[in-house]
Amino acid sequence: MAHTILTVPAVAKSGEIIELRALIQHPMETGYRRSSEGVMLPRDLIRSFTCRFLERGKSGEGELVFSATLHAAISANPFLSFHTTAYASGTFVLTWSGDNGFTQTERAHIAVR
Amino acid sequence: MPSRREFISQVSTSSIAALVTAYPITSMAQIDPLVARVRAYAGVGSIKEGRVKLEIASLVDNGNSVPIEVKVSSAMREQDRVVGIAVFNEKNPQPEIAEFVLGPRTGRAHVSTRIRLATTQRIVAVAKMVDGSCWTHTVEVVVTLAACLDE
Repeated sequence: MAHTILTVPAVAKSGEIIELRALIQHPMETGYRRSSEGVMLPRDLIRSFTCRFLERGKSGEGELVFSATLHAAISANPFLSFHTTAYASGTFVLTWSGDNGFTQTERAHIAVR
Repeated sequence: MPSRREFISQVSTSSIAALVTAYPITSMAQIDPLVARVRAYAGVGSIKEGRVKLEIASLVDNGNSVPIEVKVSSAMREQDRVVGIAVFNEKNPQPEIAEFVLGPRTGRAHVSTRIRLATTQRIVAVAKMVDGSCWTHTVEVVVTLAACLDE
């Protein structure tokens, strides 16, 4: 499991625009570099990121908040910051997926007053 | 027989004139790859400059991690909303940097991340609105230490 840092407010007012920040530890190897022995380093990228919001008490996969398609030009340890409007208490489900079967899901809860 | 001074001045003025007339023709003949990328992303929608602000340092010390922020001025209501943002570069091995999809409750169309830049080049941010129109902002960035691409 890769280390992640999520910054999501724990409490928000209804209708408030909140910022979500997500960082994940990952080399984002481009596939264009060689090792010190001159061997081509195989590509290892996170290709996509998705953030969905699941209202408390509801089931299903929730509503799309934000998604991103990432390419080799994204730095190692990809950082993303985006916004959404808080309207109900619930859970943000953040998923990263990429090369070599990489997939990781993290959750962050928010209470809306 | 012209003197050396006359000869040089004739050659330089005529070659400059030739360059000035030839340049617009060559630039029109070769489509800017950045423009082509934006066109492909926009699809059938119109492309205009404005409304988007791509914030990036104009002088980058380290191309391995360059913070960027894309801000779109939009009320983010049903009829006038940003649905997607894309960022393209001119001279990295791949022209794409990232494409973002903004959900219906985004509220504020501000996105930031960190990117790699191989060399001094232009970066373009494109915002796609709900009606299909696209807005762009192009920034020229000078990179002093490039992202290590062949080390």
